[in-house]
Amino acid sequence: MATANTYPRLRAVMMRIAQSIPVVVGVVVISFLLTRALPGDPAAYFAGAAADEASIEEIRVALGLDKPLIQQFFIYVGDLLQGDLGQSISSGQSVAADLAKRLPASLELTLTALIVSCGIAIPLGVLAATQPGSWIDHLCRVVVTAGVSLPTFFTGIVLIYVFYYLLGIAPSPLGRLDFIYIEPDRVTGFYLIDAAVVGDWETWLGALKQLVLPAVTLALFTLAPIARMTRAAMLTALSSDFIRTAKAAGLTNRKVLYGYAFRNALLPVVTTLGMVFSFALGANVLVEKVFAWPGIGSYAVEALVVSDYAAVQGFVLAMALLFVLLNLIIDLAYTAIDPRIGFASK
Amino acid sequence: MLSVKDLAVSFQTRRGSVDAVRGISFELEKGEILGIVGESGSGKSVTSYALMRILDVGGTIKSGEAVYSGVDLRRVAEKTMRDIRGREISMIFQNPRAALNPIRKVGHQIEDVLRRHAKATRYTAREKAIEALEAVKIRDAVARYDAYPFELSGGMCQRIVIAIALACDPRLLIADEPTTGLDITTQKAVMDLVSELIRAREMSSILITHDLGLAAQYCDRIMVMKDGGIVEQGDPVELFSNPQHSYTRKLVDATPREGESIRSLLPPEDRKPELPHDVSEDALLDVRNLTKTYRGKSGPVHAVKNISFTVKRGQSVGLVGESGCGKSTTSEMLVRLMDATAGEILFDGVDIAAMPAAAFAKNSRRGDIQMVFQDATDSLNPRHTARHTIAEPLQRLGQMGGSELSTRIEELAGLVGLPATLLDRFPHQLSGGQKARVGIARAIALEPKFLILDEPTAALDVSIQAVVLNLLMDLRAKLGMSYLFVSHDLHVVRLLCDHVVVMKAGEIVEQGPTLQVMSNPQEPYTKELLSAAPKPPARRIVA
Repeated sequence: MATANTYPRLRAVMMRIAQSIPVVVGVVVISFLLTRALPGDPAAYFAGAAADEASIEEIRVALGLDKPLIQQFFIYVGDLLQGDLGQSISSGQSVAADLAKRLPASLELTLTALIVSCGIAIPLGVLAATQPGSWIDHLCRVVVTAGVSLPTFFTGIVLIYVFYYLLGIAPSPLGRLDFIYIEPDRVTGFYLIDAAVVGDWETWLGALKQLVLPAVTLALFTLAPIARMTRAAMLTALSSDFIRTAKAAGLTNRKVLYGYAFRNALLPVVTTLGMVFSFALGANVLVEKVFAWPGIGSYAVEALVVSDYAAVQGFVLAMALLFVLLNLIIDLAYTAIDPRIGFASK
Repeated sequence: MLSVKDLAVSFQTRRGSVDAVRGISFELEKGEILGIVGESGSGKSVTSYALMRILDVGGTIKSGEAVYSGVDLRRVAEKTMRDIRGREISMIFQNPRAALNPIRKVGHQIEDVLRRHAKATRYTAREKAIEALEAVKIRDAVARYDAYPFELSGGMCQRIVIAIALACDPRLLIADEPTTGLDITTQKAVMDLVSELIRAREMSSILITHDLGLAAQYCDRIMVMKDGGIVEQGDPVELFSNPQHSYTRKLVDATPREGESIRSLLPPEDRKPELPHDVSEDALLDVRNLTKTYRGKSGPVHAVKNISFTVKRGQSVGLVGESGCGKSTTSEMLVRLMDATAGEILFDGVDIAAMPAAAFAKNSRRGDIQMVFQDATDSLNPRHTARHTIAEPLQRLGQMGGSELSTRIEELAGLVGLPATLLDRFPHQLSGGQKARVGIARAIALEPKFLILDEPTAALDVSIQAVVLNLLMDLRAKLGMSYLFVSHDLHVVRLLCDHVVVMKAGEIVEQGPTLQVMSNPQEPYTKELLSAAPKPPARRIVA
């Protein structure tokens, strides 16, 4: 225990990781119950339209659905532990394999969008806060308003119309890679990274071209909350007493702005970033549909439409785990930024 | 060394420009400590920000000049100004905890200044920062180097702020209310340290404060400001004993000090004869072995340990101590907002501690014990008018309504000296003194027998404090109330209270009649408190 006492922040981090375990257990239970509670009989779906009572019953036994709920749950958990999420009826593949293929596609899109969005929104917010009332402040306001008022599918379609149809600079909005390229060997599932790993820059460029328009669409959507929060947090930080102390000590503008104000403003920005990431995963569904992006969002919608329960269950579980992970990362980012947090949760 | 001529500062606001400083001129000699004294809004802080050119957005130096060692601080380029700040002229601020970057190690904050002004390199910074910490007498400086501001006490934070200000050996130190919000013994330690460092380094200094006593004790010369102008300046003793300007006289009068009565705080023309208040022998409130223990993360925390004292009918008892001594916990238990862990509170012979705090609100005695809170602004609902605020207890506990209610509200307003025309205003439309009156009117609305006053004047300017204290004294006599006056200001307690209870770390260290405790303290802690309080020079009565 000596180490835990010497490093209260390390201890707080370990505590936070430990706290996410019950959440994961809860998610597993709920995703199991949710699919059992949904209307419809999976056995009937598996058996097909021409099946009779006996063959449905046979399939029910084969699927283990005749057993008591609690036993089914343990079988489900046992399967989960082995990485088996069941079979998807629509794709005919195992759900785990489907998710493994499609999750990176969604993540690549969302993360790229967020990086682009942060790269624009944070400097914009900082500049707007340092020069309130200037043209950059007004620009910030316009961008923020436009960003929240345009729905993603609309921006997506406009971008396709302008850059693909009118100007012809963008490739056809059909998936992650044009058919003339060969998919890079799977390392991470992120095409940009995989192509870079093997040094196939032609494919890398091809993947990037496909990515630009959907990523920009999503970025425009996420720009607004980040820019707004950065501006507000910077304004608060800049009016704090310690900024006056720093100025009175003759510190350079740069140091005051980035070393003192920005680091303090980062906390609310990181919070917003977490929220925006979850919004973006939700908004993905529409963007993926518009750009025929083979991501997890369109997969879930298709699975729901045909009552493909194993796939829906797998999707819910994957998303929930993703959110748990995301919140964990954000909390850890907090402890890294703010020394007070480790002590508060001691 | 510093010569200010016709300095004028104005702020651009939505309602046009406001003049904060109106053409002031003064000189500061080498090695001199100049005190700038004034009440809130007098422009004393703005003057210092203007000298440093760190005015808030919208503030501009309209005219005049401020020549420091041959350089006009108003006209010099911003780049040069940044070199001057911290290296030539430094500043320390009020509210030291907020004045430090909350998420940066204090050692690094000192290093930032040292490296900015090329007083240290990356390799020597740590060593020099520790030296700077040692210079402000921080014990165990090597360990404190890695501390964050939230891990340090208020006094310690102020030492860090001083270390930052003095790290680069500036020639002029501006101290803007450096001890506001600090305990009285901490205040003394901080001020002694600052003046010692200033003398040792032969620096000049400007001390900005609202506390005339503090300025008199530490300054070579005092300048009194009002409404952005200088009304009077001179030697502290001279200024106190023979103030020339009527405003200075008012300020000197209003500063509580030894050997004065509460009426003498007011301007001579307002000094009505004191009304007598009778103290009877029977106890209104009898506190017996009162204890409050919290469950802490590392074992139980004893906020209040087994205290006993008595408040007689009509008596005013002062409860004195520094922050964290348990005086607020005690008053919250007495007003029955908090449950005691053990002990009895006999009020009129009935143990009210036995009843849970939540149930006490419905008890018929609720109206008998009322409280005036510390912050006159924060303790008023910002969306309720003064009338609404005063009506609340009358409606809820007094079941009053209709014309009876409005008559009573106006009667109460008259009693506390709040003009009836102000009754329909919201808190933000009232001044600090008026808000204090609303808080008092609300507390006395049900004619309580016992009133707890939790630092009711701590946030007020001295001249308003004088008025509020006199009001409290008159109300005591008129309504026959008993007071528990919680305060850290011994001078105020001396004026208002018959009996005083001194608390330290949850325990009563000394209690007795005010005169006896104040003039002949028995316990070392009481002596320390008394000696730490600034002693304004007595005023010579000019016949």
